[in-house]
Amino acid sequence: MSDDNAHDLSDLTHPPHHRAEIVFAVASFVVALLLAALWSTETQWIDGQPWSRQPGLWPLIAILGMLVFGTGELIACLIRNLRHGGGDVRAELGLWLRVGEYVLWFMAYVLVTPRLGYLPTTLVFTTLLAFRLGYRRKVLWLAPLMGLLIVVAFKSFLAVRIPGGEVYDLLPQGLRNFLVLYL
Amino acid sequence: MDTFLSALAIVSRWDVIAALLAGSVGGVIIGAIPGVGPAVAIAILLPATFGMEPIVGLTLLLGIYGSALFGGSIPSILINTPGTPVNALTTYDGFPMTKQGQAPRALGLSFGASFFGGIFAVIALVLLSPVLARVAPMFGSREIFLAAFLGCVLVVVAHRGQSLAAGALLMFGLFLNTIGMEANNYTRRFTFDLNFLDQGVNLIVVVLGLFAVSQAFVLLVGKDDMEAAPEIKGNVLGGVLEVFRHKRVAAAGSLSGTIMGIIPGVGEFTSQFLSYSYARASSKNPGLFGKGSPEGLIASETANNSVPPAAMVPLLALGIPGEALTAMMLSVFYVHNVIPGPTLFRDHMDFVMALYICLALLNILALAFLLVATRPLLKVLVIPNRFLGMMILTLSFVGIYSLRNSAIDCMLAAAFGLLGVVLKRLNLPLVPIILGMVLGGIMENKFRTSLPRIRSLYSWIDRPVAMVIFCLICIVLALHLWGLWRDWKGKRDGTVEH
Repeated sequence: MSDDNAHDLSDLTHPPHHRAEIVFAVASFVVALLLAALWSTETQWIDGQPWSRQPGLWPLIAILGMLVFGTGELIACLIRNLRHGGGDVRAELGLWLRVGEYVLWFMAYVLVTPRLGYLPTTLVFTTLLAFRLGYRRKVLWLAPLMGLLIVVAFKSFLAVRIPGGEVYDLLPQGLRNFLVLYL
Repeated sequence: MDTFLSALAIVSRWDVIAALLAGSVGGVIIGAIPGVGPAVAIAILLPATFGMEPIVGLTLLLGIYGSALFGGSIPSILINTPGTPVNALTTYDGFPMTKQGQAPRALGLSFGASFFGGIFAVIALVLLSPVLARVAPMFGSREIFLAAFLGCVLVVVAHRGQSLAAGALLMFGLFLNTIGMEANNYTRRFTFDLNFLDQGVNLIVVVLGLFAVSQAFVLLVGKDDMEAAPEIKGNVLGGVLEVFRHKRVAAAGSLSGTIMGIIPGVGEFTSQFLSYSYARASSKNPGLFGKGSPEGLIASETANNSVPPAAMVPLLALGIPGEALTAMMLSVFYVHNVIPGPTLFRDHMDFVMALYICLALLNILALAFLLVATRPLLKVLVIPNRFLGMMILTLSFVGIYSLRNSAIDCMLAAAFGLLGVVLKRLNLPLVPIILGMVLGGIMENKFRTSLPRIRSLYSWIDRPVAMVIFCLICIVLALHLWGLWRDWKGKRDGTVEH
């Protein structure tokens, strides 16, 4: 936020334009075209039923809507990009790609949890991710503590359904049951 | 009176009180942390509330929804960063007041205005209840179909300057809702022979992906803005009481928020816009707006805080959510097989009344908490953004994985998270996707159930309520087209007005 005093309400109603929106507009238009091409194979036509009861009616309405609005948005984007500036497209695409790293972190967390167990995976995940983010000393210690609090709050108190890890089976019965139920 | 006593009995249960306390205090704290916001918190907590009774789960979520805006004004006023997107307008007058050494007064005005707006909307709802109870049963399948369609139209036209993008995203949401096994003919739609798509795309997975996971990603790829916790000296109570010296502005803002909250798809931004414009136009000191005007601050905060109670009206009376947060709450109803809509007002008025009482109480609790805890609360402002991102990602996992213990759900949520990042970076709205999914489901269902009674196109609107909704749709579209024409003409003549 700028410190500028000269505020204009249009800041709220008309957010700033970014040139990279053309990439998104083209991609979403292509997706809509693909879906339209696949409509006849991905839905079934039931003989003897009126069009209003056909299972493919609502997907068709949605896809046509995506195409109509998508075409309009694409044209509007092209005009905006020709008239105005608004950010470096390559830098923006680079940022979108950088998100991919955290998608991988998240999926690793998801895939390891059923094997190692919720609490151990969370402690490892938060510590490693905090380290990757460049945190050291106090904040690095706070990360697993935060993970522990989340596990205790959700699994122990709110009893959300997250199964125990396969590793828990290697532990003595009493401890295993406790871990499966609460951690 | 019996209904009121029955509602009081529901609210006085220990688990409801605990949910109310946790929701209102938690909501204020969440609102005060820039980058989190009620949508993220509600999305994460949603699956955890499925194990609770509907009134307990809804009270917890309502507490967060209603009180987050109280907390959101703190960073807006003190560090010029809105706690929630809705608090952006608060920075216009709040931060200049802080620079002038009036931070406690600005905070007090904001808390008082939020309280005024919240209570005003609850009173309006209580007064409206008998009318709603009478009107709601007049809504049959056709009327609900048309009301959902009106909601879709409003979602598109409410995003002025982005109507085309909002329309495309709404239609994308509608498409997502059609994926999976179709219930009437048992045929697959757009499953691409993938078995996991037979069950369709889960709304909560999309909500968590678009709101929570995407926010985590945005924060993780961003930078930490480490600043020292701001300090405030002085009493905020004076500011709270000062709101009552600006009763006209406060009442107009609350009225604007209540009306806009009731209309599906419109929400806080439009209500604030109207309220702020009115306050500036009617002020003796319009030059002060944007430079530290108490009236501007009151107009903004009353308008945004009166929306949450009002947004419950279409949800409870018709089962139609007006925005993303009430769409999330709708799933709590569905999970417990409580179907909001006309029959809820007729058969469970005590439940509706209990929710209203909770809404009133959460405003009182949030204000009381802020009066005693604003100073210690300022510590949350120093949490580094990327640490916050890590926290949200860890919490998102609980929300998604606990739904069905499915890694595929998590993968889908990550994909929607990525989509959410792109949309957020391009300043495109996320809400139309969620509303498209919810309203699309309602429209398809009600369209089918209406068909046996439809003889011609006119049959859709041959009943009074249906005719009124149809006229509203026509008026909204006509006004939108007129606005577009005026904008185009203004641009052509070089006289664009904001």
